[in-house]
Amino acid sequence: MEKNIILAGVGGQGILSIAFVIDHAAMDAGYHFKQAEVHGMAQRGGAVQSNLRYADREIFSDLIPAGKADLVLSVEPLEALRYRQYLRPGGWVVTSTTPFVNIPDYPESDTLLGKLAALEHVIMVDTAHLARAAGNRRAQNMVAVGAASPMLDFEETRLLAFVERLFARKGEKLVAVNQRAFRLGRAAGLFFRHSVAAGLAKLDSLRLLRKLDPDSIDPAQAEAWAAAIEDDAALLDRVLGSEGTVACDDVPLVA
Amino acid sequence: MNKEILLGDEAVGLGAIHAGLSGVYGYPGTPSTEIFEFIEQRTRKGGNVHAFWSTNEKVAYEEALGMSWAGKRSLVCMKHVGLNVAADAFMNSAITGTNGGLVLAVADDPGMHSSQNEQDSRYFAEFALIPCLEPGDQQECYDMIFDAFELSEALRVPVMVRLVTRIAHSRTAVDTREPREQNELKPDKQIRKWTLIPVNARVQYAGLTEKQPELVQRAEESPANALDLRGGTGVIACGLAGNYLFENLEPDHDYSVLTIRQYPIPPEKVRALLDRVDDLLILEDGYPLVENRVRGLFGLEGVHIRGRMTGEVPRTGELNPDIVRKALRLEPLPTACDAAGDLSNRPPALCKGCPHTDSFRALNDALEGFDDPQVFSDIGCYALAALPPLEAVHSCVAMGASIGMAAGAAHAGYSPAVAAIGDSTFSHGGITPLMSAVQQGVNLNVLVVDNSTVGMTGTQRSMSTGTTLDKIILGTGVSEDHFRVIEPIPRNHEQNVAVLQEELAFDGPSVVVARRPCIEAQKKRAH
Repeated sequence: MEKNIILAGVGGQGILSIAFVIDHAAMDAGYHFKQAEVHGMAQRGGAVQSNLRYADREIFSDLIPAGKADLVLSVEPLEALRYRQYLRPGGWVVTSTTPFVNIPDYPESDTLLGKLAALEHVIMVDTAHLARAAGNRRAQNMVAVGAASPMLDFEETRLLAFVERLFARKGEKLVAVNQRAFRLGRAAGLFFRHSVAAGLAKLDSLRLLRKLDPDSIDPAQAEAWAAAIEDDAALLDRVLGSEGTVACDDVPLVA
Repeated sequence: MNKEILLGDEAVGLGAIHAGLSGVYGYPGTPSTEIFEFIEQRTRKGGNVHAFWSTNEKVAYEEALGMSWAGKRSLVCMKHVGLNVAADAFMNSAITGTNGGLVLAVADDPGMHSSQNEQDSRYFAEFALIPCLEPGDQQECYDMIFDAFELSEALRVPVMVRLVTRIAHSRTAVDTREPREQNELKPDKQIRKWTLIPVNARVQYAGLTEKQPELVQRAEESPANALDLRGGTGVIACGLAGNYLFENLEPDHDYSVLTIRQYPIPPEKVRALLDRVDDLLILEDGYPLVENRVRGLFGLEGVHIRGRMTGEVPRTGELNPDIVRKALRLEPLPTACDAAGDLSNRPPALCKGCPHTDSFRALNDALEGFDDPQVFSDIGCYALAALPPLEAVHSCVAMGASIGMAAGAAHAGYSPAVAAIGDSTFSHGGITPLMSAVQQGVNLNVLVVDNSTVGMTGTQRSMSTGTTLDKIILGTGVSEDHFRVIEPIPRNHEQNVAVLQEELAFDGPSVVVARRPCIEAQKKRAH
């Protein structure tokens, strides 16, 4: 077993907090791991990445070779595209769709989301939306790692234990917010993946997820939603046009 | 034995503490900063380790040497270009020799992630005739600090531990040992050893050269220099480069491999490798030091040597597993997709609300009306003012160089000669050139952007900020009439431009201090 992850984002978005959670889970599980990160000048609002590797055998290079990355986990949609040449065939991109715009030539949102949706193996989550629902917009990094967590080789409870350790110093409230963000991200990521596997278009799944009550998102309903939308072409527009949020388990009713 | 998750830098720091460290010295500089910071934080609540940032690397080195003179173990850490600043003390400390163990941890920056150059500190170790250890992973960062102190006390010379960015800033779990006691206070009063007047220095230097065979012998015998003889194609992999090599090889590969992690280069081991192979690839993260030494001026008969000098490895830049794969003539691994060619870059930038933005906006406006004015700048966050949208500064060379270069340009008749420098860089290297310029009455304008911290490296303590800075500036002889303090906030823009214009109009040395704390530092202090 060997897992190679490129964590991507913009300086200040908290990718090293994601690394903290995975590093500790890897050590806890008895794996070898190495995690290279960026310090110094590049942290000042620039593109940052961290190469995180864990395996059940010795790891040599701190950097992931091109063609060996299993996962690009990005807290920012433009940054998700920056490292895709490292992905092995079959590798995944898990990305936030919340843009961090601090450059003049930032691409149009539709163009960017279209490029991401064109990737074969991609999970897209609206991290700002879910982090707000969890209680703090800064918890987007935990939404992202939650969305990627089913691809990691650790129990959800172990990962949540290290989210707790990471924020313990900052008080119970922040621990709860960040754990909630993780859970919302995990549910949304799974829902996205299952609905897309069942035939729903990626950008439609993303739109639907924004409309669902975040706490109600249940990956087990993803197939039913995909099937209902396939059966009734106007369903998605009706759902998106309805008042307020929609409960995930309302799918039979709407249908 | 415990396990801790540590950066390479932190592993060096913890190794030093556990090896009986009494004092750590340094000046912040990426990628070395976290060595000092780790020790400072770990020993804050006890442990009796002196940990206080120094004014610059030369001061740090001299303090470390004094600690060694007193019999205790000291660690001095800096980035590669910091060793240029410390070079006077460093070179001569090899001549005096040491008493308590003295270890120099220097972090090079191949690929220039956060630096002006990618100079290779191994040359400095060779130049000074001292041993250099080059850890290949974070565990070795920890372990080699013990070896370095032992070596220093056995040979009575300083020992360099050379890191590179990729090892300094990568984390893994490190096994730690039982801490060793600190040394007793035991000053070395051999006056002729420490007093390098020529009559003594000649004796000391001869003594240093006489130690060289033992340095070589220790490198030959060191398990850090491992020779694994297999087939007729050979690789020498130095330090971290070994990781990129083994990343690309199967365990049952047929290469003969020499890994070098302790210098001087062990000639017998190199000879044994050369006797086995007819094709030799040399991998080192930095300059082609080993490659050039092994090849010599004219190459070796019967062995084809490949590396940075022959183009199989790029002449400049950081190594990575892909470069090494190509140099091994292995096929690239298949990938899911090609690089996105048209992706917008996201360069680093000054933070939102940064005082430097207001300072340089004011400077830009004050300089309007001059024909394409050039501003000499320095090392710090404000070097980012070189980029759009500000494009306010036009040089960045060495710590303190802004003032010296502006003075030189003024000597040549260039006007306005403007230098921009931060408060910490000013204390590091700006005081002496200012003193020179003021004493010479040079027509130059210095803008000191005083944000009260060392911003770029993570908001360490600045030595000269606030009233201390003001007193130093006035102490160089700047006239009180031409020493001005402004507060760089948007609301003050017009009056700040006016102050700068007045000083630009003055024919003589003037200093304007733009004073407002770094917003990052304020955020950190609030936490």
